[in-house]
Amino acid sequence: MNSHSSLARSQNAELWQPKRNLSKWSEQAVKYIFATFALISVATTLGIVFTLIFETFEFFQEVSIFRFLTETQWTPLFTNAKFGIWVLVSATLMTSFIAVFVALPVGLLAAICLSEYASPGLRRWLKPILEILAGVPSVVYGYFALLFVTPILQSFIPGLKTFNALSAGLVMGISILPLVASLSEDAIYAVPQSLRQGSYALGTTKRETITGVVLPAALSGIVASFVLSVSRAVGETMIVTVAAGANPTLTLDPRVPVQTMTAFIVQVSLGDAPATSLAFKTIFAVGMMLFLMTFILNVFSFWFVRRFQEKYE
Amino acid sequence: MSSNPYSAPQLPDAHSSDFQPALNKRYKLDRFFEFLTWIATFVGLLVLMMLLYDVISDGASRLSWQFISSFPSRRPAAAGLLSALVGSIWLLCVTAILSFPIGVGAGIFLEEFAPDNFFTQIIEINIGNLAAVPSIIYGLLGLQVFSRIMRPITGGPSVLTGGMTLALLILPIIIVATRESLRAVPNSLRQGGFAVGATRWQVIRNLILPQAIPGILTGTILALSRAVGETAPLITIGALTFIAFLPPLSLEGLQTDFTALPIQIYNWVSRPQPEFHTNAAAGIIVLMVVLLTMNTTAVLLRNKFQKGRI
Amino acid sequence: MTNIANPTMISDSQPHLQEPALKMEGVSIFYGSTPAIREVYLDIPAHQITAFIGPSGCGKSTVLRCFNRTNDLIPGAKVTGNVFFRGVNLYSKKVDPVEVRRRIGMVFQKPNPFPKSIYENIAFGARINGYQGDMDQLVENSLRRAAIWDEVKDKLKDSGLSLSGGQQQRLCIARAIAIQPEVILMDEPCSALDPISTLRIEELMQELKEQYTIVIVTHNMQQASRVSDKTAFFNAEATEQGGKLGFLVEYDDTVNIFTNPKQDFTRDYVSGRFG
Repeated sequence: MNSHSSLARSQNAELWQPKRNLSKWSEQAVKYIFATFALISVATTLGIVFTLIFETFEFFQEVSIFRFLTETQWTPLFTNAKFGIWVLVSATLMTSFIAVFVALPVGLLAAICLSEYASPGLRRWLKPILEILAGVPSVVYGYFALLFVTPILQSFIPGLKTFNALSAGLVMGISILPLVASLSEDAIYAVPQSLRQGSYALGTTKRETITGVVLPAALSGIVASFVLSVSRAVGETMIVTVAAGANPTLTLDPRVPVQTMTAFIVQVSLGDAPATSLAFKTIFAVGMMLFLMTFILNVFSFWFVRRFQEKYE
Repeated sequence: MSSNPYSAPQLPDAHSSDFQPALNKRYKLDRFFEFLTWIATFVGLLVLMMLLYDVISDGASRLSWQFISSFPSRRPAAAGLLSALVGSIWLLCVTAILSFPIGVGAGIFLEEFAPDNFFTQIIEINIGNLAAVPSIIYGLLGLQVFSRIMRPITGGPSVLTGGMTLALLILPIIIVATRESLRAVPNSLRQGGFAVGATRWQVIRNLILPQAIPGILTGTILALSRAVGETAPLITIGALTFIAFLPPLSLEGLQTDFTALPIQIYNWVSRPQPEFHTNAAAGIIVLMVVLLTMNTTAVLLRNKFQKGRI
Repeated sequence: MTNIANPTMISDSQPHLQEPALKMEGVSIFYGSTPAIREVYLDIPAHQITAFIGPSGCGKSTVLRCFNRTNDLIPGAKVTGNVFFRGVNLYSKKVDPVEVRRRIGMVFQKPNPFPKSIYENIAFGARINGYQGDMDQLVENSLRRAAIWDEVKDKLKDSGLSLSGGQQQRLCIARAIAIQPEVILMDEPCSALDPISTLRIEELMQELKEQYTIVIVTHNMQQASRVSDKTAFFNAEATEQGGKLGFLVEYDDTVNIFTNPKQDFTRDYVSGRFG
């Protein structure tokens, strides 16, 4: 008998022959296949974590963690190898700081302009342009930094070397600017119109409404966009590899060549160090450090959004 | 000119003089603030113009059929980007074939099938986390897992290894784009589908997906264009910079060593001779044309189908 | 699924008029652990129009959705008690909710035609439910019965969304009757429509009840008194947790509910003296 239903027979039952078992079976199959796909993202995270932990552990078998954290030189490829990670971390922090110094204020102001001042017609043009800017590959920005920005800066900054942290940081700031602008604009746009009207009704000007009411209301989204762009800057690779150089030096002078964590990984990857060598394990230890930094930023962002997000009906 | 747009007081005097609104000063600040926001907005535009101008003025003269159709060479004038261009196309295809079904499937699962429980939340937090992981870290994963552990299958730092690494990299973007597009389809459509006796999968396949597919495609194309421009993870997995052959057009091609446009550009930029820099600029023009075509397609697709806010 | 012997089930196709088409026995509905509806007992007679009325938020739509198990689709919603459709418990494990929805159709508050052609709007449900008959004929018949055939017969390839609101709602009714259900549930089907479209749909309901059992939720008491044979009045009380708990106050012939209600509550509500 027809197994699809224990309901009473319907009128014209012979006209309706749904393949319920087949559709039930295919629904289950689709569900489990797609669930497996979703689990691939978890597997990716686990893969990253275990890869980094495993190789970093191997690295620390040969180099003590004490040396890693206290030495003041980074020369893993030399015979007299030194492994002071702060040399690379400080370079990463310096270029990131310069980038963030450009991207956060400019990006936030641009976001305010786009959502509060620009007419819809103008925004229709500006947003795709920002997206193009966001889509420029970092190796192109690297070219731009090394061969366009640095020569210009050299004309008025004495002592600026061909490879330097300043130019790389500035261009990196431009490269993450669209991210700040677009995410902040989403947050600002989501603030309900009624809040703005409430503020205007108290006799405030447009600027006072924006800085006093709209921005605080969008704070969690804006901070999330800031944090994400900081972690982008920390993990940015090609701009600093091309334009900041490959000299691991512990310095705060933005005019001289430095080597960031990411640039070091590229340098070793391009070389012909054997896969079992200490140099190769080093890049996983550096990668671990990089992953931890972005992970902490991300946890902070997650916590902040949860803590401060405003819910509007 | 006064900063206050309302020159003469229109209103009768206020009863209380406890307030001193200082409107002139406030309007002045308002104008200054608005001016700053406009400057900030046009900084990006200006830089984009300078960048394009710089690249085109450096590289346009080097563009020729010879440049497109030659293998790399030690002599700048003879060098071309054939292997890099073909390598990028291979990567694009492999990445798309892997990431599109997986990303869309995972997005559908999370948005339409998944119960709202602990595991789903873990997956969601995890995807948010992955989106913030630097691309070079994916390179380290690809190096260890795909290039080394799975060497018998992938053949080391091959097209397949590169494609899988880039697919993992853009998977979170595709998943998020899929979910947003699905969420934008009104619930009443789902209810209508269920009410005529469709199963969940029938509702999704026949009613929801056709509505969501433009948004999904837009997100996927944008994600793929990001993959095409990626350099760091490919260098990290061990992609070579000097390749003077093309992968055979068969499954074996997947296991072949490769180079890609951004790697070739990086290689040229990092050489001291200015002639190679010219090659790099010409390579950038080719890469940017590819990316702009992809981005424009994505934006047009979205504008065509998106209703409401841009 | 195992073969289920059929002797206890009604196997002829003629509905028994004396038997209720739908029956609720002690139905309560919960969202998570919060109760939303308290113990409803209700018999819906076949080939009549039954109206659910009551103040907004009293859960009439929630009760309606029990009849085609669309409450199942809301995460956390739970139904206890029994709902019978021609003697079979709809919430029994052996009953497939998809088949329930094929047999008990639904029309929604806002017209929600599929973003497909008018023809496909009708054919979609029939096709996925394995309809073996002539599809063109089915589409035409359904549109005719929903009194919209003359308006759309020349543009069956046009999108269902190109129609006006009232036409869209009749298209949705046609879509519901195309899968040949025995019951049609209507959740405030006219609340998004203008008075003329509303009138057309009310007339249509009178024609449809010859063949279908209709249950309609409505905000509009005039509508209930105009179209329905039986009326159920629902109300809600505030719970200690701050939610609302709906319950059935009175259920009777429409005439009695509107002219001679037994409960004071009902009298106050139908005469408009209700907060």
